[in-house]
Amino acid sequence: MTNYSAPGLRALGFLFMFAVLSSAVAVGAQDPIRVAIVAPSSIRDLSWSQSIHSSLKALQEEMGGESVLHIAYSEAMSSVSAASETLRGYAEDGFDIIIAHGTQYGTSIFDMAHEFPNTSFAWGTATDTGSDRGINNVYAYQAAAEEGGYVNGVMAALLTETNVIGAIGPIPAGDVRLYISGFTRGVKSTNPDAEVLVVYVGSFSDIAAGTTNGRTLLAAGADVLTGTSQVVVGAIEAVRSAGGYWFSTQSDQGNVWPGTVVSSQVYNWVPMLRDIIERFQDGQYGGIAYKLTLANDGLRIAFGTVDISPQMLMAAGQAVEDIIDGTVVISS
Amino acid sequence: MDERTLLDVLVAASALTMASAMPFLYSALGEVFSQLSGVFNLGVEGIMLMGAFVSIYFASDMGLDAGLLVGVLAGIVTGALLGLVMAFVSVTMHADQGISGIGITLVGRGLSTTLFILLADGVLLVESFQPIRIPLLSDLPVLGEILFNQNIMVYGALLLVPLTAWLLRRTTWGLQIRAVGQNPAAADAMGVDVVRVRYSAVILGGAMAGLAGASMPLALTNVFQVNMTAGLGFIAVAMVYFGGWSPWRVMVGSLLFSAAYNLQIWVQVLDVKLFGETIPVNILLMMPYVLAIIVLVFARDMQRFRPQAMNRPFRRGD
Repeated sequence: MTNYSAPGLRALGFLFMFAVLSSAVAVGAQDPIRVAIVAPSSIRDLSWSQSIHSSLKALQEEMGGESVLHIAYSEAMSSVSAASETLRGYAEDGFDIIIAHGTQYGTSIFDMAHEFPNTSFAWGTATDTGSDRGINNVYAYQAAAEEGGYVNGVMAALLTETNVIGAIGPIPAGDVRLYISGFTRGVKSTNPDAEVLVVYVGSFSDIAAGTTNGRTLLAAGADVLTGTSQVVVGAIEAVRSAGGYWFSTQSDQGNVWPGTVVSSQVYNWVPMLRDIIERFQDGQYGGIAYKLTLANDGLRIAFGTVDISPQMLMAAGQAVEDIIDGTVVISS
Repeated sequence: MDERTLLDVLVAASALTMASAMPFLYSALGEVFSQLSGVFNLGVEGIMLMGAFVSIYFASDMGLDAGLLVGVLAGIVTGALLGLVMAFVSVTMHADQGISGIGITLVGRGLSTTLFILLADGVLLVESFQPIRIPLLSDLPVLGEILFNQNIMVYGALLLVPLTAWLLRRTTWGLQIRAVGQNPAAADAMGVDVVRVRYSAVILGGAMAGLAGASMPLALTNVFQVNMTAGLGFIAVAMVYFGGWSPWRVMVGSLLFSAAYNLQIWVQVLDVKLFGETIPVNILLMMPYVLAIIVLVFARDMQRFRPQAMNRPFRRGD
């Protein structure tokens, strides 16, 4: 019996040790937080979608890498119905936090929020978290684009020689309208004689039309231009070719067009994303409407390599200070 | 504001009209060949996207740095290869042409995006073709700036109009294309190789769509962006209907559409008022499309030029 029982006991012993070790491993290692982004354009669009992806990647690095924060993304989701299916797919796959990075995805988010109560959703540009309708797992977010727009406008007003400044947007709505109105106010506050010509392309992706709009503004006498969204990349090239200057928003475009982009208002989503993740770990899944501002470090002004005068730099710094301390209030 | 005269505005808008009409002029002329042979190629959009990506990837120093002309050639070859795929699916396999074309568009859109991400790491810039002032002619008042101070690809698009008309009207191959598009059975009975002629027309149409795609980054935008054609390929297909399958009328349609877009930009720039009120931007942005629909309605007579066998696969004996 002993001869037969000894191997059996040894096997039982191994099994016991294996079970103990397995449970120790399971207790010791945390599953990574799984975050998915659905973006309307390419994550390399040098603007809106790139800003959120870059911020999430920076946060991933800060938190310790892929083993702590797992990121998935679906880009160029211009079709709302396809995006809706993709968002649902991420929810069904058990992603912890799902970011729908476009106003157009709001309906889809609210349609599925009830079905996945343990999933945290975030969407923007938006202010509606659905909490007034009993929804408690949706965050909303927006950027105070007008703030950096104002700072860029102050500098543009000091830089222009023709007193004609151009501004390009895809459509006159939301974030675009905020940025351009802030920019225009910044120009007028510094140089009331400067004229701001505003044009809308009618598309987020038709960069050829963006080029045409940019060239038209140059033909109209503009020597300094600004613009928002991914549609402006062709316009920036038109400005570069003409030897003009450009002010950016959403992402830092100065590293792509170093001699042309004077400064960029950069959307820093890191603090917001960090807060959403920490709240998720504490069991809170929604209910907050975030707003990126200069004061909370959600907006940053990044300078390119264009030589700018000390006067411009001081004026920009003063504008940032005035906005943060409330001396200048830019109504949206 | 006062310094901008109406003439200055019209000259500037017209000069840009020529440049911005270029992509859909190339692709629409190519689609004329394809449709006249009886193949309705809705894949133009995807072929243009692939042509745009491949051309700038070859030309840009952020890609293969092979130069602009090699970039143009790469765009043409890419378009021809996708045209070959369209011809195989629709002519040899007798697949539904509309669905096949949409498939090509989806493939082109997805593949160009994927390649852009994998090969280019998100940014592709190029120093594009520069304007060439034609001696003497460019000094002409008004017309000189509009017509004779463009880059080589704009000149190329304009020169392709008479060339296409001549090929279709004056050469045996052109007559064969029109014959297989009108009545493939009769053409077959006369000894015309319907399959070969349709293949050649669709491949040429694809090559021209690839050229159209190449013209965007290499002669207009200097940069590639995901889905940058933004529906221009479909507008090109509409231009073929608008123009009643005539290269000259296709050119007129392309220029009209482009002019409408460029003029509405100036209406925005000058803040033109109507009854004392600023015209809403969304109304202005709709104008080129409204114009296209109105013209299509009034140009319904053009349907008499429609190739009778378009969208119908050819099977000998049917």
